[in-house]
Amino acid sequence: MKRIKHILFAGALMAAAPAFASSETAMPYKFEPDTGNEASLQRGARNFMNYCSGCHSMRHMRYGRVGQDLGIPEDLMQANLMFTSKKPGDHILSAMPADAEQWFGKQPPDLTVETRMRGPEWVYNYLMTFYLDPSRPAGTNNLMLPGASMPHVLGELQGWQVMETAHAEEGAAAAEAHGGAHAGPGFTLVSKGSLDEKEYEKFVADTVNFMVYTAEPGRNGRISLGIKVMLYLLVLTGLFYLLKREFWKEVH
Amino acid sequence: MSNQGVDPGRRRFLTLTTSVVGGAGAVAAAWPFLASLKPSERAKALGAPVTVDISKVEAGQRIIFPWRGKPVWVVNRTDEMLASLPKVTDDLRDPDSQEPQQPSYAQNEARSIKPKVLVMVGSCTHLGCSPSFRPDHPAPDIDPNWQGGFYCPCHGSKFDLAGRVYKSVPAPLNLLVPPHRYEDDHTIVVGEDPVGA
Amino acid sequence: MAITPNPHKTTGLLGWIDDRFPLTKLWKDQWGEYYAPKNFNWWYIFGILSLVVLVNQLLSGIFLTMHYKPDAAQAWDSVEYIMRDVPWGNVIRYLHSTGASAFFVVVYLHMYRGLLYGSYRKPRELIWLFGCLIFLCLMAEAFAGYVLPWGQMSYWGAQVIISLFGAIPVIGNDLVVWIQGDYIPSDATLNRLFSLHVVAIPFVLVGLVVAHLIALHEVGSGNPDGIEVKKHKNPETGHPLDSIPSHPYYTVKDMLGVGVFLLIFLGVVFFAPDGGGYFLEKPNFEPANPLVTPPHITPAWYFGAFYAILRAIPNKLMGVIGMFGAVLAFFALPWLDRSKVKSIRYKGWIFKTAIALFTVTFILLCYFGMQAPSEIGTLVSRIGTAIYFGFFLLMPIYSKIDKTKPEPERVTYEAH
Repeated sequence: MKRIKHILFAGALMAAAPAFASSETAMPYKFEPDTGNEASLQRGARNFMNYCSGCHSMRHMRYGRVGQDLGIPEDLMQANLMFTSKKPGDHILSAMPADAEQWFGKQPPDLTVETRMRGPEWVYNYLMTFYLDPSRPAGTNNLMLPGASMPHVLGELQGWQVMETAHAEEGAAAAEAHGGAHAGPGFTLVSKGSLDEKEYEKFVADTVNFMVYTAEPGRNGRISLGIKVMLYLLVLTGLFYLLKREFWKEVH
Repeated sequence: MSNQGVDPGRRRFLTLTTSVVGGAGAVAAAWPFLASLKPSERAKALGAPVTVDISKVEAGQRIIFPWRGKPVWVVNRTDEMLASLPKVTDDLRDPDSQEPQQPSYAQNEARSIKPKVLVMVGSCTHLGCSPSFRPDHPAPDIDPNWQGGFYCPCHGSKFDLAGRVYKSVPAPLNLLVPPHRYEDDHTIVVGEDPVGA
Repeated sequence: MAITPNPHKTTGLLGWIDDRFPLTKLWKDQWGEYYAPKNFNWWYIFGILSLVVLVNQLLSGIFLTMHYKPDAAQAWDSVEYIMRDVPWGNVIRYLHSTGASAFFVVVYLHMYRGLLYGSYRKPRELIWLFGCLIFLCLMAEAFAGYVLPWGQMSYWGAQVIISLFGAIPVIGNDLVVWIQGDYIPSDATLNRLFSLHVVAIPFVLVGLVVAHLIALHEVGSGNPDGIEVKKHKNPETGHPLDSIPSHPYYTVKDMLGVGVFLLIFLGVVFFAPDGGGYFLEKPNFEPANPLVTPPHITPAWYFGAFYAILRAIPNKLMGVIGMFGAVLAFFALPWLDRSKVKSIRYKGWIFKTAIALFTVTFILLCYFGMQAPSEIGTLVSRIGTAIYFGFFLLMPIYSKIDKTKPEPERVTYEAH
């Protein structure tokens, strides 16, 4: 079976290949989204509506669908989450005027499918790695998106951190001065926010979970349907196998 | 080829079982495709209840606005118009609105919540054209006993000022009164029943 | 030649139809009493699987077309509309997008089967040529379809692929503008690619598939031994001794194959429709922006090998010629292979080595075609390009001098 050996060899080459593929910016935080956790998604929706939707739209996502999928009753949606519209059928549009470009240099991007474009882990790392950088107009920069024009909106929650490598000495000094805790890989917290490290990580995780949900609201549905389809196909294929064996018995 | 070891009973059973299971799967697989043709979330959002300010409709006048894409009329009927309704009863097919062409709260002579304010889907019950508003009377070109009403240009169906259909015209039913409620004296919501109704 | 209607003498309603239309005859000639060699192995399943995928693409495509808007301003939004607002729209879209990749998987394996067992050899050259034309159509169809979501990859993919025609001397640049209907890929380009994708190419594709099958059922199927089963016929029935009627034997075998295929295919559709970023690429979740090229612009995986060849050749025109040449080379295969035997089973070590080398090369080219340009990538792609063309161009020589083993008189088959 020389042929099979050749195919195996090719397969081994394929598997080894990513080893010498070019890598992207390393992500200091690991993150695995969980869209099965409804409570997390609800908190994420609240986070998004309160901290993000002022500037960022989700112009393909309808308020009503969020309430329906996340088990949020309509009156609660209306009271706590629907800031730009009172109609459940409306899309989640930001309160940002059309000329917002002048404020940030660019229109804040729509975030409906952001996690499918960047990957959930990237978004998680993006929200974790804002750091103080006086050279930037907003005073902050970002590890994942150097030169980001977005200010650190969540700074009041996370606190403010400096990058250890770039500002190692200032960082250490500042950390000592403020009694600041280690803020994560490569960063030092110089002033505390209203959330501690664990709480902030949870806040970001909830928010990103919600964004993973909005990027594909049908995700959970297709997976649960998929399991049923697989079970059905296993039965059907089993029958096909028996049928095939039955008929081929007589082929000699 | 030989028929050694062939068990016709087993073979028949397997063929039948596979056909049934496979056929059921094929039918189930057709469902997503057919269901994808139902109104989408966008269509549903556009079909949501419509809130309309009717304070500007003058006596005897009609306004038209869309609800689920269809024309909805609001006519501010005058006392004279209301008085005309009993005059044509004998010419009508369903003068007492027996057919379910209106919500129960509009099953009365004026076919409305408030007698003066007629709210109606402006779509002929024959084949869906939108009848013209013909309050003028007499109008012998339409009917010798015309007291004002609606006249369908497509196939000549006639309705009185409560949308009740005349006898001997193609349209079988009275015009449809949509579910609607009053938010306040001059605001109506079309597409929702009154609270408690 | 006089044609007798209803040669099978059916009666009743079927008889009424058969007197007027060869329904029973078609069924029996094309499948019911189409005798195929009994020694097919599982490599022979990919033909029917291509047909299954084709039906899936046509069906899901028809329903997507009912919701999609071929308009540069609305196309991207309409895809998200399908994904969210249309009932079951996400499943139908994933069937179609995963189906595109599945199409190439099964067609590549189907072609590889041909390569292994010499399915292209006389008298099956036309089957092979129709097949190559189907492959060409498929590539055009895939490209046009890839552009329709009008995301970043769609847009820049269109930009790059259409620019290939700019390499043609003298008329190149005018040709590019003519193809685009504008100075850049634009609304006009999207609209015409939509027309080609949903009307013109499927039409040709289905026609070619019919021709492929008619030609096949005219000369009869090959088999893994590469010998002609028609040499030994049953004197009573006139059917080849080593053949069996497709129905019921290959009906049930194909159903089993389709069942296994659906398990894998629908597994991807429901659990990993992105295919790890290879079936649905991340940059395509950003609407087309003619001003900014995404950092990694790579072709769909199934074009990887051809794209690697394009990049390997450091000359625009030669690169384009190389790329198209790599596709067209398959057409010449029936006349390049001079071996005394058809099947890999009886070919010598030279041919076996050549095929193994070609296999590894094709996979490596596919891989590096999808990566950002790198030194090692360029080196491997250049060596790979040489091997790729060497495989075809040197075939008349090495297939002739290769020491083959004797073919058996009858097919090798062990009853299960």
